[in-house]
Amino acid sequence: MDGGLLEPSLYAIKAIAILDNDGNRLLAKYYDESFPTTKEQKAFEKNLFNKTHRANAEIIMFEGLTCVYKSNVDLFFYVVGSSQENELILASVLNAFYDSISQILRKNVEKRTLLDNMDAVFLAADELCDGGIILEADSNAVVQKVAIKNDDIPLGEQTMAQITSKYGQQVSAATDRVLQSAKDQIKWSLLK
Amino acid sequence: MGRVTSDPVCLYVTCSARRWQLPAQTSSATLRLNRRMLSLKRDKKEEEDGGANPFNNLEKSTVLQEARTFNETPINPRKCGYILTKVLYIINQGESLGTTEATEAFFAMTKLFQSKDPILRRLVYLGIKEMSKIAQDVIIVTSSLMKDMTGKEDQFRGPAIRALCSVTDHSMLQSIERYMKQAIVDKVPGVSSAALVSALHLGKGSHEVIKRWVNEAQEAVNSDNVMVQFHALGLLYHIRKSDKLAVNKLVSKFSKHTLKSPYAYCLLIRIAAKLIEEEDAGSDSPMFDFIESCLRHKSEMVIYEAAHAIVQLKNTTAKDLAPAVSVLQLFCSSPKPTLRFAAVRTLNKVAIKHPAAVTACNLDLENLITDVNRSIATLAITTLLKTGNESSVDRLMKQISTFMSEISDEFKIVVVQAIRSLCSKFPRKHNVLMTFLSQMLRDEGGFDYKKEIVDCIIATIEENAEAKEAGLAHLCEFIEDCEHTVLATKILHLLGREGPRTPTPSKYIRFIYNRVILENAAVRAAAVSAIAKFGAHCDDLLNSCVVLLERCQLDSDDEVRDRATFFVNVLKQQQKALSSAYILNGLQVSVVGLERALHQYTLEPSETPFDMKSVPLATQPITEQRVRDVPGELPSSKPAQDKVAATRQDVYQEQLAQVPELANLGPLFKSSSPVEVTESETEYYVQCIKHTFSNYIVFQFDCTNTLNDQLLEKVTVEMEPAEGFEVTKYVPCASLPYNKPGTTYTLVKLPSEPTQVTGTFACTLKFVVKDCDPQTGEPDEEGYSDEYVLEDVEVNVADHVQKVMKPNFAASWEEVGPENELEDTYALSSMSTIEEAIKNIIQYMGLQPCERSDKVGEGKSSHTLYLAGVFRGGHDALVRAKLALDTSGVTMQLTVRSTDPSVSEILATAVA
Repeated sequence: MDGGLLEPSLYAIKAIAILDNDGNRLLAKYYDESFPTTKEQKAFEKNLFNKTHRANAEIIMFEGLTCVYKSNVDLFFYVVGSSQENELILASVLNAFYDSISQILRKNVEKRTLLDNMDAVFLAADELCDGGIILEADSNAVVQKVAIKNDDIPLGEQTMAQITSKYGQQVSAATDRVLQSAKDQIKWSLLK
Repeated sequence: MGRVTSDPVCLYVTCSARRWQLPAQTSSATLRLNRRMLSLKRDKKEEEDGGANPFNNLEKSTVLQEARTFNETPINPRKCGYILTKVLYIINQGESLGTTEATEAFFAMTKLFQSKDPILRRLVYLGIKEMSKIAQDVIIVTSSLMKDMTGKEDQFRGPAIRALCSVTDHSMLQSIERYMKQAIVDKVPGVSSAALVSALHLGKGSHEVIKRWVNEAQEAVNSDNVMVQFHALGLLYHIRKSDKLAVNKLVSKFSKHTLKSPYAYCLLIRIAAKLIEEEDAGSDSPMFDFIESCLRHKSEMVIYEAAHAIVQLKNTTAKDLAPAVSVLQLFCSSPKPTLRFAAVRTLNKVAIKHPAAVTACNLDLENLITDVNRSIATLAITTLLKTGNESSVDRLMKQISTFMSEISDEFKIVVVQAIRSLCSKFPRKHNVLMTFLSQMLRDEGGFDYKKEIVDCIIATIEENAEAKEAGLAHLCEFIEDCEHTVLATKILHLLGREGPRTPTPSKYIRFIYNRVILENAAVRAAAVSAIAKFGAHCDDLLNSCVVLLERCQLDSDDEVRDRATFFVNVLKQQQKALSSAYILNGLQVSVVGLERALHQYTLEPSETPFDMKSVPLATQPITEQRVRDVPGELPSSKPAQDKVAATRQDVYQEQLAQVPELANLGPLFKSSSPVEVTESETEYYVQCIKHTFSNYIVFQFDCTNTLNDQLLEKVTVEMEPAEGFEVTKYVPCASLPYNKPGTTYTLVKLPSEPTQVTGTFACTLKFVVKDCDPQTGEPDEEGYSDEYVLEDVEVNVADHVQKVMKPNFAASWEEVGPENELEDTYALSSMSTIEEAIKNIIQYMGLQPCERSDKVGEGKSSHTLYLAGVFRGGHDALVRAKLALDTSGVTMQLTVRSTDPSVSEILATAVA
């Protein structure tokens, strides 16, 4: 709990991760030697998930580290830093991470869509943080750098006409997908 | 999709199953259907997982096989991109690639440079970075990456630089240096940031090259882009951080010229705080003004960073803290949990040192007690406990107990620590606190948590006599159901020590004896020892204890049987002295020393029996007291300190044994702590350590030559002995080059007259100087003798005495007996308080205070101090000092008991 002054260093992030709603890793990047082996990393993720998946508390001190987190549907986003780190810096990175992924997935922040766009997710994580240094903390800039399928303007700022002309096909595909997942959900709720 | 076709069936089955289940008939048909449903459900579940995650159950070998597609021409970007994502995915899942596998995949990947597809290209960069540490010959991609980094496609350039730096080693750095410098000042922010960040990564290894980029970094700080500014400032600091003056300039320059990036501000605040700390400056420093001005920044991140920095600084007064505390107070009511957490956590830190400064926030903290984030609530409560007054304790404890079960062990430990400090702050509240602690002991929790509670209860028992009975009762209850052997034995030991001295010792015996029946061998053995202590101390319980111990003689474990047999036989003698020596106060020797002495004895068989007095005594860990005084200290540093203290003497013993001239002096009795006999900034720096043996004292002089143009040879310390002492040998240090410590010893025989033990020695450092070249250290042929006067070294009573803790002082007092008792009364007119007198007496005599008698209750005008130790030669020495405070100072009645008459005489005169 105790900490002296922070060493002036740019290395602020110890790890970032996205887990699914069973606590399994979808993406995890560790930037220092806090958890040298995969086994330790996964154990840490499991424990962290168990502590955080029920309480929607946004921040937790865990195993001597400060973890900020955010969840949506079946995804959990984490940013981990040292216990002395400025919590607000970590939170700003988490927001950039979440918002950029959300833009890339066109607001469908859920496991299925994430896995369909895994390449862009990898690229976004890479543009967000490089070896523990925050590379870009503005989600629009991250999305722009990832530049998936030349949509430079974020979806929210486009007019409906633009969207339909530009993504006519994609929209109908997306609608299909939404309908499909709705169907699935009804079906599973019946089964359970 | 296969899923769609199976759906109607599934839905139908669900409905029919529901219909069948409704009447709740347990017919065999329903059961069968249910079972089918279950298996169907399971199949569906698996299918669902597999269907939802195209990357599930990927086989490493299959994926790597697929990666061969990269070699096909023309390249299909979609397909290759998908396969590359799979490769990245399995690496991300923790699959480790072998060198050959990685190299093969790496080379296949390089083929993808032919495609211009932007996504594919950047996935390749990611692949390169992942494999750069595993695969061989990764340098092969250097030219491709350099082409991208200087090319026209801006979105390739930044990532290409970062990938390039991951494959570059020091030898290659020269060749890309020019491009890196250009990239740092590039007008595209992404490129500039990538170059700066990569430079920082490279700077970990090859500082020299990065240093030359300082001008470019300087230019980049002025960038309009916030991230470029942040990264450039980071690089600039990294290059200059060893040059304090330059860092100073850096901060004063950028603190005036307003930075755009909040991240850069945070970094600058940290640099400024570090400077303040290094210079040991206070709030009058211009750096402090800068940090304080950041409290008014528009970004919350910067405000918090500044407040946090001010709180962490060492030389801050309550007045300096006030502005920081008031911004933190504002944050406490923020809608963002992270901000509330950060604020309350920092306030908690303030409360450790300056509880008064936080009282203004009490109202805000009270509101946080009910926060949905339990971490915030816990921190708020523990802060309130530190700042609150006695009357609020009950209410707060009640509030904590409502959510103790919801918070993590780490925070529970924080709560326990807060309670621990409360116990010593408000001793009258022990009732509430003890009840709460016992409640916590009963709840679920890990070892660290339970240990913290037990430590807290034990500390409270030791500090507060009134809490003793309740505390012991709680601990008794705890060991009834305790899965941690370490804690159970610790508690049993405590019960053995404290239990017999309570008004009703008999009630503890049942708890202890239950352990003998139910627990593992280690706990049973501890229980047996505890019972024996009751028997030895309480006469009326003696017979019952013997009966219980006799039963333990039938135990299945030999250690338990041995202990029981031993104790039964000692107790049956019914001699107070025996009981005290073998049961109540135990052995006082160092375990390591005993092991070594016994080993030595078995190597050289002799007629004489093994002499226990030849074994070095266990040195009291001096750290114990200190640790308790500083509750804010990191817990992890405690064990390390204890270890050092316990083995220091063993280290010296080993060292001295290496010197052939000092062999055959017998066992080392005591080593003093080092004393400086020169000023620390002089030409030669010398420390002295006194090692006491039965008939000799060895003076160890650790010398350091701080002149780089001199080589000293044949270094000795000549000593002018006090009366009765005789210098018998000098062990010179053959050569003492610049800045390499060397050691010389002087052996002094102690006077034959037993009461003559103190003296002052004048010391002179004698040596032969040879001038030498400061660079090479090459000395001249010829040298000349020279000397250097050192400060006097004193030998006092404390050097002949080893501290020994007697857990049961009264028993030892009776054991030694009044045979060599000496008594005298002194007026200590120079002392104005009892505490001061106690401190001085302990220092002069070098004895160990027992039964916590070194602590005086507040406002008392009289006190009794118990001291115990062993005098050189193995004679027990006990001192009882009755102190009384009156107008003229402190009056002391000193009673000394010892197994040797001259020892009593020495100690009785030590204070005079």
